Amino acid sequence: MYAYDELDRTIINERVEEFRDQVKRRLSGELSEDEFKMLRLQNGVYLQLHAYMFRVAIPYGTLSSEQLRRLAHVARKYDRGYGHFTTRQNIQFNWIKLAELPDALADLADVGIHAMQTSGNNTRNVTSDQWAGVAPGEIEDPRIWSELLRQYTTLHPEFSFLPRKFKFAITASDHDRAAIKVHDIGLRLYKNAAGETGFEVLVGGGLGRTPFIGKTIKPFVHGHDLLSYVEAILRVYNQYGRRDNIYKARIKILVHELGIEKFAREVEEEWLQMRDSALAIDDAVIEDIRSRFSYPAYEKLPHMPDELKKAAHDPHFEAWRKNATFPHKVPGYAIAVLSLKPVGGPPGDATADQMDAIADLADKYSFGEIRVGHEQNLALPHVARRDLPALWKALDKIGAATPNVNLVTDIIACPGLDYCSLANARSIPIAQELTRRFANHDTANLIGRLHINISGCINACGHHHVGHIGILGVEKNGEEFYQITIGGRADEKAEVGTLIGPAVPYGDVADVIEDIVEAYLALRARPDELFVDAVKRLGVEPFRERVYATR
Amino acid sequence: MPLVKGGKIATDVFVHVADDAEIPGDGGILISAGRFLGDAEALSGRAGKTGVIWPNNRDIDDLVPWLDRLAFVALVFPSFRDGRAYSQARVLRERHGYRGELRATGQVLRDQFVFMLRAGFDAFQVNKEADAEAFAATVKRYSVFYQPTGDGRITALHRRMQLRHSESAGP
Repeated sequence: MYAYDELDRTIINERVEEFRDQVKRRLSGELSEDEFKMLRLQNGVYLQLHAYMFRVAIPYGTLSSEQLRRLAHVARKYDRGYGHFTTRQNIQFNWIKLAELPDALADLADVGIHAMQTSGNNTRNVTSDQWAGVAPGEIEDPRIWSELLRQYTTLHPEFSFLPRKFKFAITASDHDRAAIKVHDIGLRLYKNAAGETGFEVLVGGGLGRTPFIGKTIKPFVHGHDLLSYVEAILRVYNQYGRRDNIYKARIKILVHELGIEKFAREVEEEWLQMRDSALAIDDAVIEDIRSRFSYPAYEKLPHMPDELKKAAHDPHFEAWRKNATFPHKVPGYAIAVLSLKPVGGPPGDATADQMDAIADLADKYSFGEIRVGHEQNLALPHVARRDLPALWKALDKIGAATPNVNLVTDIIACPGLDYCSLANARSIPIAQELTRRFANHDTANLIGRLHINISGCINACGHHHVGHIGILGVEKNGEEFYQITIGGRADEKAEVGTLIGPAVPYGDVADVIEDIVEAYLALRARPDELFVDAVKRLGVEPFRERVYATR
Repeated sequence: MPLVKGGKIATDVFVHVADDAEIPGDGGILISAGRFLGDAEALSGRAGKTGVIWPNNRDIDDLVPWLDRLAFVALVFPSFRDGRAYSQARVLRERHGYRGELRATGQVLRDQFVFMLRAGFDAFQVNKEADAEAFAATVKRYSVFYQPTGDGRITALHRRMQLRHSESAGP
């Protein structure tokens, strides 16, 4: 956990007071809606179909139990008793009242949570590997650098009015769980031949209506130079990014139009003029941030304790343990993923009661720490393996032990037409129907790892381009239709999926997905050939044939 | 529109001269970048002082050779959502060492005062009377800053390091 000090708390409190004043001026009419809109967006407040929506940042996906309880409190007091975890380590509340927002922000500020820049044309919440600090084989904890970037990007005086939104993600593992290749800036931490910590810097990734996989702009930027290099990228983008067309304003378009070589030269020229400025970071500063992250005092525990041996006779527990627990860097401990994808439920939602219960379980079994991942699930990052059976029982009681992590029903979906004013089609009911179709755990297990992503419009909040199966809602003559892509992925081998054919109507989507899955089961070379690998080997044609032969 | 300078509402003694209007022989004038660069030698040699309005889509480096002959540089926010002039301001101040007046013009609103100050602006052509009057109170909204800029305010990172040193230097 990162401990806020007096300085961090002061900034957050000053921000709350500023926003309180802005809301007051809006309510009195002193600020026009046009003037207020960007101010509220920069505090995470959208106007949706039915009400204001409030998006709160969970920087690099780390939460304390106290913070999670406070989110539950906000859900209860200011909303309708639940919250929705998003694909970028944020939580959204859908029914908030404008006049109450400053109080909600003040309640969150008490525990070091804010909503700064969770929307608007500025640098957004810095995201990272949800298993940072506990994943085996990690080079070092990327959250030190995420926190450095969080501070650097918060209320930046030069970059608060960029051409468009701007997202960072950082990973320090070979397996990328932070989807860095589909971010405006993706950072892969590694050590060079001299043993120095630095980053491969990728730029211009992103989804939306023009998806791009990020390109490497510089193979190694020393940690000392991270902020100056990032500032050079942002400055070039701020000056030359397009502002004439909102759909061409992301940095990916600038990189694409200039070409990565020319863009890299512009950045390099800018960077060389300021790399030795006040932005150069010395080791003492990095150590200061590192020192404010606390790590649990792990015990020396057995890998196979009696509790685990005994529980192995219970097939339900075993199904969960095999599916939802993952190796930890410390022997005797595990990472437990809490699925927020129950059969028939909206993906990523948690009730206030569930949040409170999970906070209590984190205190009891995970040193008071919770993680939020981009797959819209939670995790307890430090669970002693001997406690897994007890944890499972408790999670099962609150509906957070569905053993479907990474399986076909672990669906990522945007809020869609049920909430969102941009959407063309519903997302949540499609996800709910699919979880019912594939509710049988043995079938889901047989299918294996398969990520389905659903977006209700071309803005791609459900990351459909990088789903193994992507579902995109479109509107045709007033009716909801869905385009299906396959073969996308968001990890270190990131790729944009390929369209399999014409869009299908709402009522056919679940049947089409079943057809695709059946085709895969018939065509896969071996039981352990993943869906996405089979698509890579076979191309889309056999799947297209199967889906459209009878339609 | 009121002008705020040195933290207070001030009288603007410069006259904005349109591109097709005649330039007066003396007195302060404010003219466009195009007009100034078209005849920079003569204009910077005239008796009265000259300020230049520099558009936010033109390379600020083009103005650098003339900086010491100008009374001030006015940068433009066509909309408060267009943040290009923040970069121009920082480059002028921090890279080219410009010490003269840097004026924010266009849609200049209260809620961007702190950002503008931090980027190096020291004069503000404010849209609303009420915002100009609230200037002094508004710029005190924040007391802690995360980023280093040319305004010299100490960053949170460095304040923490100082606090550490003073703690460890104690008895």
